[in-house]
Amino acid sequence: MRVELVRRGERSAAMAYLSPLLALLLTLIGGALIVIVWRVVAMDTSAPDSGGLFGAIQQGFADYGRFLYVFFIEPLTAMWSIEDLIAKATPIILVAIGLSFCFLSNTWNIGAEGQIAVGAITGSFLPIFFPEWQGPFILPAMLILGMLGGMAYASIPALLKIRFGTNEILTSLMLVYVAQLFLDWLARGPWRNPEGHNFPDSRPFDGDQLLPTLFGTNIRISVLFVFVAAFAAWFLMRWTKTGFQIRVLGQAPRAGAFAGFSQKRMVLLTFLISGALAGLAGASEIAGPVGQLRTTVSPGYGFTAIIVAFLGRLNPIGAIFAGFLLALSYLGGEGAQIALGMSDQTTRVFQGMLLFFVLACDSFIFYRLQIVRRPVVPQTQAVAS
Amino acid sequence: MTALMLEGILLTIITAATPLLFASIGELVTERSGVLNLGVEGMMAMGAVIGFAVAHTTGNVALGVVGAILAGMAMAALFGVVTLIFVANQVASGLALTLFGLGLSGLIGDAFVGVPGAGLARVSIPVLSDLPVIGLLFRLDPLTYLAIAITIGVSWFLFRMRGGLILRAVGDSHTSAHALGYSVIRVRFMAVLFGGACSGLAGAYLSLVYTPQWTQAMTAGRGWIALALVVFGTWLPRRVLVGALLFGGVSILQLHAQALGVGVPSQFLSALPYLTTIVVLVIISRNRALVRANTPAALGQSFVPDR
Repeated sequence: MRVELVRRGERSAAMAYLSPLLALLLTLIGGALIVIVWRVVAMDTSAPDSGGLFGAIQQGFADYGRFLYVFFIEPLTAMWSIEDLIAKATPIILVAIGLSFCFLSNTWNIGAEGQIAVGAITGSFLPIFFPEWQGPFILPAMLILGMLGGMAYASIPALLKIRFGTNEILTSLMLVYVAQLFLDWLARGPWRNPEGHNFPDSRPFDGDQLLPTLFGTNIRISVLFVFVAAFAAWFLMRWTKTGFQIRVLGQAPRAGAFAGFSQKRMVLLTFLISGALAGLAGASEIAGPVGQLRTTVSPGYGFTAIIVAFLGRLNPIGAIFAGFLLALSYLGGEGAQIALGMSDQTTRVFQGMLLFFVLACDSFIFYRLQIVRRPVVPQTQAVAS
Repeated sequence: MTALMLEGILLTIITAATPLLFASIGELVTERSGVLNLGVEGMMAMGAVIGFAVAHTTGNVALGVVGAILAGMAMAALFGVVTLIFVANQVASGLALTLFGLGLSGLIGDAFVGVPGAGLARVSIPVLSDLPVIGLLFRLDPLTYLAIAITIGVSWFLFRMRGGLILRAVGDSHTSAHALGYSVIRVRFMAVLFGGACSGLAGAYLSLVYTPQWTQAMTAGRGWIALALVVFGTWLPRRVLVGALLFGGVSILQLHAQALGVGVPSQFLSALPYLTTIVVLVIISRNRALVRANTPAALGQSFVPDR
């Protein structure tokens, strides 16, 4: 008897919705294992009052209960942390919406982290060189410059792919390191605040250079960009010929080619869209929660967005839900660090596991498990002999 | 420049090249079987932390190396299950493996930050090591010898042995190989495990020989450079060896330039290996005939046996 994967007659719509939830459940089980093992290893089981291995495992379960609470519930219990959640979800979702286009068309932009950094740099250009500039035009100009910066940076791997056939996965990732080093140099060197007591930061932006907040809370209007971008992306994907071309070229490149759709044009287009949104996210960071240019602007939002794109079914609306969940994992990681003394890397373990499980569960959209019993000797053969 | 200085520089280039060689040879075998595993960075990080942890707690460096190999293989097995059995997208799964590996290694390594590590003694081969200049090639650490042996062994296996032919057949056309009666999934799983073992070794080399300590994200993109090296080497072990030395040279060059204090900001010098990777990839991919001749035709494609 063995279990094997059998192709379904047609795509299972139910599994497409269930798969992320199943993945989340599996991640929680995997997380429990990690927390319990971590507790058993960290605890000195030979101490007289520890209760031995059994006691450690019991303690591990108790820790996991606490872990679940600080990870998923606690961040939602105070207004300030809900505001923080929205602030973190905003750039993640923006980037994920752009990446959904790339992944749908089977092009792989994994350098969004670098495009965020460049967006932050170009977005900072105006307030650093014209610190006095205020008024209604400065903020839109900053955001547009950020988008242009992200687009320009994303066009490098796209153009190399189109012109020379260079693997865009590797080039876009290498450019992340380059952008981060360049940002580090700017913030420590030429763009450092001369009155900043040698801190590696630019001058703090002020007044109209910052994104306004909504209704007396700390939530910035950049959260509205998310909804605008999600709606525009949904419309583009669902109702336009371009969106249709993206999907066809992603799922059946040969069919797309026969229909006369240009693969090269799509590579450039999807990279430009994702670069623009990553650049916007970067500019919204320096004009929002960060408020200046620093040596690092994003704690890995560009990579988290890859997970969000997949968890959200490569759908802009799905990305909003997935983005909030993953933003929660950032806050939860901080909480676990404070409450349980776990490493801040817990967030990344959680995120990596989640992506793994989503991808594995996604195969049940097209396949189902079938239990195959030992083959019975066919009757006809027995008769013939 | 004295002969001694030259020797010193050559030695550092070889030390910088060894982890790249390990990781890229492993990935080369994986890719030759038709599987693209982008999780090299994550497997390396796990190899580095487990290698360091085992060597530190047992006081035995050899055990540390074994632990690193097993850690790399365990990570690779995870990837194998998801992509080969559950036929998940290989690119995305590889990214997941990298994120997961970097995170988990950080979680495990938390207890080992700032702990001094045990280095690995060099092995001198008598007589040969006393030769001028080339003598240094016989005074290396055991892992570097292992890396060279694996490179030669892989080259021999792929192009001179029946097993290598089967592996390449699976990587070029899985349907044909399946029709001939070879188990595509089993061959690929073994190739993925071999890649994991090699990445684990690469990590162990970093945390036990190159800089005998554990620091967060100490792999610093080397796993990605190793992936680029496989393309650079057009899936041929000897060219990958040349590429590893070249990249070892670039990274040492930028370190020396930083130490000498040339008038270029250190960040620009640090960016040099990454920029070199891009330039080299462009140059190689321009020559499409060369790339196409050796690229495994079924690279990155999932296979579900048609029963």
